[in-house]
Amino acid sequence: MKSQLNVSTLVAVLVVAGLVLLPVYSNLTGNIFILTLFTRIVILALAAVSLNLIMGYGGMMSFGHAAYLGIGGYAVGILAQEGIGSGWAQFAVAIAVSALYALVIGALSLRTRGVYFIMITLAFAQMAYYVASGLARYGGDDGLTVYKRSDFGGLINLGNRVQFYYLCLFCLLAVVVLIWRIVNSRFGLVLQGLRSNEQRMQAIGFPSKRYKLACFVIAGMLCGLSGALLANNTDFVSPAVMYWTRSGDLMVMVILGGMGTLMGPVVGSVVFLVLEEVLSQLTEYWALIMGPLLLLIVLFGRGGIMGMLGRLNRG
Amino acid sequence: MAEPLLRVDNLVRRFGGIVATDHVCLDVSKGEIHAIIGPNGAGKTTLISQLTGHLAPHAGRIFLGGRDISHFPAYKRSALGLARSFQITSLLTDFTAADNVALAAQAHDGRHSFRFFANARKEKTLRDAARAALERVGLGHRADVLVSKLSHGEQRELELAVALATKPQLLLLDEPMAGLGVTESQRMVKLLNELRKEVSIVLVEHDMEAVFALADRISVLVYGRIIASGRPDEIRQNEEVKRAYLGDQHVVVGHG
Repeated sequence: MKSQLNVSTLVAVLVVAGLVLLPVYSNLTGNIFILTLFTRIVILALAAVSLNLIMGYGGMMSFGHAAYLGIGGYAVGILAQEGIGSGWAQFAVAIAVSALYALVIGALSLRTRGVYFIMITLAFAQMAYYVASGLARYGGDDGLTVYKRSDFGGLINLGNRVQFYYLCLFCLLAVVVLIWRIVNSRFGLVLQGLRSNEQRMQAIGFPSKRYKLACFVIAGMLCGLSGALLANNTDFVSPAVMYWTRSGDLMVMVILGGMGTLMGPVVGSVVFLVLEEVLSQLTEYWALIMGPLLLLIVLFGRGGIMGMLGRLNRG
Repeated sequence: MAEPLLRVDNLVRRFGGIVATDHVCLDVSKGEIHAIIGPNGAGKTTLISQLTGHLAPHAGRIFLGGRDISHFPAYKRSALGLARSFQITSLLTDFTAADNVALAAQAHDGRHSFRFFANARKEKTLRDAARAALERVGLGHRADVLVSKLSHGEQRELELAVALATKPQLLLLDEPMAGLGVTESQRMVKLLNELRKEVSIVLVEHDMEAVFALADRISVLVYGRIIASGRPDEIRQNEEVKRAYLGDQHVVVGHG
């Protein structure tokens, strides 16, 4: 059993290897576009991985995760405009404000469950969207241009395409490792126990709400990091990154790749965003192909791509 | 008389117009097995759920070791030594048997669970506690099996192991024999008989043979009211109980 090659592990390793070697390929072929595309993919994969902690391991269907992309992004954009260019300060604020937002939203949302939880997280994210639209000083509806990327002194230059890509990839892989540790820790087992049977967990003595809230906050912070990277990538942040369709995209990436699997969201993000890119070049009506395709995978591939690979493994 | 371990004082719970728990008073002393019997729909599970904190009573109070726990949430009652098994098996089905028990031990080993890095499955004290509890109920050899792959009987035993791993003072067992075969039931009776030395038990059960074999005292619940409470032989002689509940149960008659 153990000696048998595990297909899903193999795919996970190949994906990571591919991501690590991508700049080399880009450099050899002179294809800069692919590096730009994959920088975006890696950043959004980070967001999807963080959402997976809530959705996949915590069993909470949060439909407002894109809010943190905006919070992280605006932290960078606003501080840059106000003359604070330090990356350390910008990223710290991005993560801290995300944590605070998650704490407040979580404390309120976790009073509900099921479809109400979905609706209330969605509502809060839309609220954040409209608040950002109202920030006249920071571009309002039109968004805010980031004229100078976050400054990390001599350590790393975010203006350099390859360096920036590797920073994003490092963040993604570090977060994957972190979540791998969390999932098998005391906290992680409690979290997954709550997903499985909350009443039972309370009966054996766990105060369920504070564990769920902690999970919510951790995921929010990680997605705030993703948002800070995203703003640097596009040199721009606008309310649109918080729009509910973006939250929906993140959910699709997680479900597509496989909820509650470590690498599922990464694989899901790569597949989703590459498909979107390829199909949108083929035809203007790409969504007509993308929609049914996703529907098929979700309908027939229980557990997403990683789930399908897992079954392949078992024969 | 010393304060009983569990004291229930005039507990009331309504569902719409139905009074599911109607001014119930109940005492359970230390070391006692107190059975609660009654026909289907008498409000037994409703009563248990109020004792564990999963359902809030509308009136009345619950004391554990003299402490008023009427408004404590379920997890706090568990910390004070109240454990339950569920009538309808309620386990973490996508975990192994050992994981289920280890989590119960984790909740009670005095260290909080906001630990994010160390692998909890490698914590020896938790695994040892889990194994001990599993051995106790005869499931030692099934530790690494997923709960969803366990037989119904094994799941009932696991319910008990999980409850034991919380180091309870008082076990609330909601029909532990439900759905068990004859030999499995006998094993469960034997097990509960051994446990009585360590822990007090409130036993809700339909299996009259088991109830009369185990109980020190029996309370009879009908339409949410306790109509009689006493030693097994007293209950067996009680005319009102016979009329309301036991009359057509040949098991009991045969037993007496």
